[in-house]
Amino acid sequence: MTEPVASAVAVTKRYGNTAALTDVTLAVRAGESHALVGRNGAGKSTLVSVLTGLQAPDGGEVRFGGGPAPPLGDRAAWRRLVACVYQKSTIIPTLSVAENLYLNRQTDRGLISWRRLRTDARVVLGEWGLAVDPARPAGDLNVEQRQMLEIARALSHGARFIILDEPTAQLDGAAIQRLFRRLHGLREQGVTFLYISHHLDEIYEVCQAVTVLRDGRRVVTAPVGELPRPRLVEAMTGEAQGLTGTAAGRPAVREDAPVALKLQGLRLPGTYEAVHLTVRAGEVVGLAGGGASGALEVGETIVGLRTAREGTVEVAGRSVKAGSVPEAIAAGVGFVPHDRHASGFVPTLSVAENATLSIADRLGRFGWVGPGRRRALAERYIRDLDITTDGPQQPVSGLSGGNQQKVVMARALSGEPRVLVLLNPTAGVDVRSKESLLGIVDAAAAAGAAVLVVSDELDDLRGCDRVAVMFRGRMAGEYRRGWPDHGLVAAMEGVSGEPGR
Amino acid sequence: MSQVAETGTAVVSPTRSGPRLARLRDFALLPVIAVLFVVGALVDRAFATTDNVLNVLQSQTELGLLVLAETLVLIAGRFDLSLEATIGLGPALGVLVPAWLHLSAGWSIPICLLVGVLVGVVNGLLIVKFRLSAFVLTLGMLVAGHGLVIAFTKGASIFKLPASFTYAGSAVWGRVPVSVWICAVLFAAGIVALGFLRHGRALYAIGGNVDAARAAGIRTDRVLIVGYVIAGLLAALAGLLYSGHYGSVTASQGNQMIFQVFAAAVIGGVSLDGGKGTIFGALCGLIVLGLIQNILTFAGVPAEWFQAINGVIIILALVLSRLVSGKAQD
Repeated sequence: MTEPVASAVAVTKRYGNTAALTDVTLAVRAGESHALVGRNGAGKSTLVSVLTGLQAPDGGEVRFGGGPAPPLGDRAAWRRLVACVYQKSTIIPTLSVAENLYLNRQTDRGLISWRRLRTDARVVLGEWGLAVDPARPAGDLNVEQRQMLEIARALSHGARFIILDEPTAQLDGAAIQRLFRRLHGLREQGVTFLYISHHLDEIYEVCQAVTVLRDGRRVVTAPVGELPRPRLVEAMTGEAQGLTGTAAGRPAVREDAPVALKLQGLRLPGTYEAVHLTVRAGEVVGLAGGGASGALEVGETIVGLRTAREGTVEVAGRSVKAGSVPEAIAAGVGFVPHDRHASGFVPTLSVAENATLSIADRLGRFGWVGPGRRRALAERYIRDLDITTDGPQQPVSGLSGGNQQKVVMARALSGEPRVLVLLNPTAGVDVRSKESLLGIVDAAAAAGAAVLVVSDELDDLRGCDRVAVMFRGRMAGEYRRGWPDHGLVAAMEGVSGEPGR
Repeated sequence: MSQVAETGTAVVSPTRSGPRLARLRDFALLPVIAVLFVVGALVDRAFATTDNVLNVLQSQTELGLLVLAETLVLIAGRFDLSLEATIGLGPALGVLVPAWLHLSAGWSIPICLLVGVLVGVVNGLLIVKFRLSAFVLTLGMLVAGHGLVIAFTKGASIFKLPASFTYAGSAVWGRVPVSVWICAVLFAAGIVALGFLRHGRALYAIGGNVDAARAAGIRTDRVLIVGYVIAGLLAALAGLLYSGHYGSVTASQGNQMIFQVFAAAVIGGVSLDGGKGTIFGALCGLIVLGLIQNILTFAGVPAEWFQAINGVIIILALVLSRLVSGKAQD
């Protein structure tokens, strides 16, 4: 058997009293895509920083192609062996694509020849299948292109072992499929990947082997074919359970339940057209669609972040003033924005303050924010939503992704909304948090709220009573509970001609 | 959307402006400068003469060097307010220290420049290594620097300057003042260094995304400290030219210049968030400010209105450059 391209041998890493990694062994074989999964805090990031030479292990060692890893200080040597494409982009938006590719090595000595730099960049980009103008500012690239640029940069350093950290987190369905095709192509060109993802489906689609970490230890390494999904989840969580359709336990919504949200003829040229949708009180409706489908934008229109050119949004029979978030909130809309880091919470403020941000006016009179009432409310949410935190006063920046999202959810619920609009509510959170977030959605619906879940993730949509699918800005069909996965996915991708009602 | 068609199967994205347009932004202020010239010539016939143009240039040299210095720091995503104190402290100590230590007047220029370097080192170390807020630290340095000049000079102006100062501030080579030559050479060097040298580009990388710069192997701390040192050095040089030009070191030398420095840089398209802008752009901003002020003088605006009008000019120039470049400022 050939030597693995990269391996961690009995690696241990401690931070103070807590062991981040204990005796972890991982071997990635040449040409394979190896999945690394585990819940938040399982030790994935620590393992990545050890594998990329950003941190020295306290015990054990890292090896590349059978040889020992270079010394920690020799960054150039590490860059020739391994690279990690993080969720947080390391592309500098103000610089050109070519300069990003050759950052800090634009020239060996003397003046930079921009012409040559661009020519070289075009060759490298072409070789790895990214056809963009090297002279363009990198800020013009979309997420997908930036990701490819980072991969191309790593490859141009000579590395053939690349770690991808949640590469699909910010991509829509079509872009994810393109990414997978590219990864497949790169693998055929001899590139090896360590693939980190919360989306278990992807792992079965992209990877050949999988390693599961739990509490800083390796639980199992196996070919993906030998580890079916329930066992994978079990390995991650340490108990036998999976994502069960939560809606199964909820009674169907009565036909005479009042309409809580009604969209009529919404139109925003270039984004969406002729959007009609009603959601009854107590009903959970999915609005499914990828990045260019317009689904997210419809969601943002309901909550006042965007203004439709035509059409109306009605909440409980009364039309809501368009394009105003305060008006939407006043009308009884609570919402979870699609990117919690960008617009979900203020990281420096406490859990209590974030959770009550949109209802500060109800905490006291004349602009006075009552600290006691705020604290009491926050404690209730921490209990109800099962938020893991030191207490209401902890800054949200110190929470895990899943718990941050629960704080955002708490804010959405804080106004006791009639209509709850959730945009990609479980993006980038682990399996367990996902379940608990979807459980919260269910409880809100049971309490009488109308819920609209805007997402392209099947797990998010599984609990819905109905799912309306959008494709290229238009309604492309509606599915009742019990829909087949492939039918829904096909509709989101614009493949099916007939909506399967 | 023609780009989409070209890239075919490759990753496509909507794009509003072509790559060439971005480069044109550097030259966005040139038409404005041309218009100002025409306006100036219409206001007074003496405006469009070589003498007056050289006069405008010379009056902008000291400010110009500060703008150059600030642009370096701003592109790297930091601040330096202390430049306006160094412009006074450098020449003051350059004159006083040789007198205190009974050194020859030949030490004046080296000491003046050394003061600038020292201020830069202190700024750089405290901001980069000790991680202090650049804005407030350099604000403190500004106040302290002004205060030191007042303390050392006992509030009085120094009129007895070494010959080297006076020469640098007033000599003329082939009709063009030496200070203009120096300024021109340094701006040219700055344009080349930031456009074509790896270390110059490192400033952009740091200002654009410091973590990414570090990940690419750039010694971000060192580059930043050197940036502050060069900025201090340029400010001290500006002080030397300023004193030589006006024949004295005043206790209030440099007061309020920093506002004009920031104005010129931002008007010239340098972002206060870092990573964006060019030396050439900042130079254009500087020239726009200088021309407007010169035109107002020709137009006979009374002196007591100058400060108020100066403020309005800065705001108008900002609006103008926003309209010309079409990009949001930050």
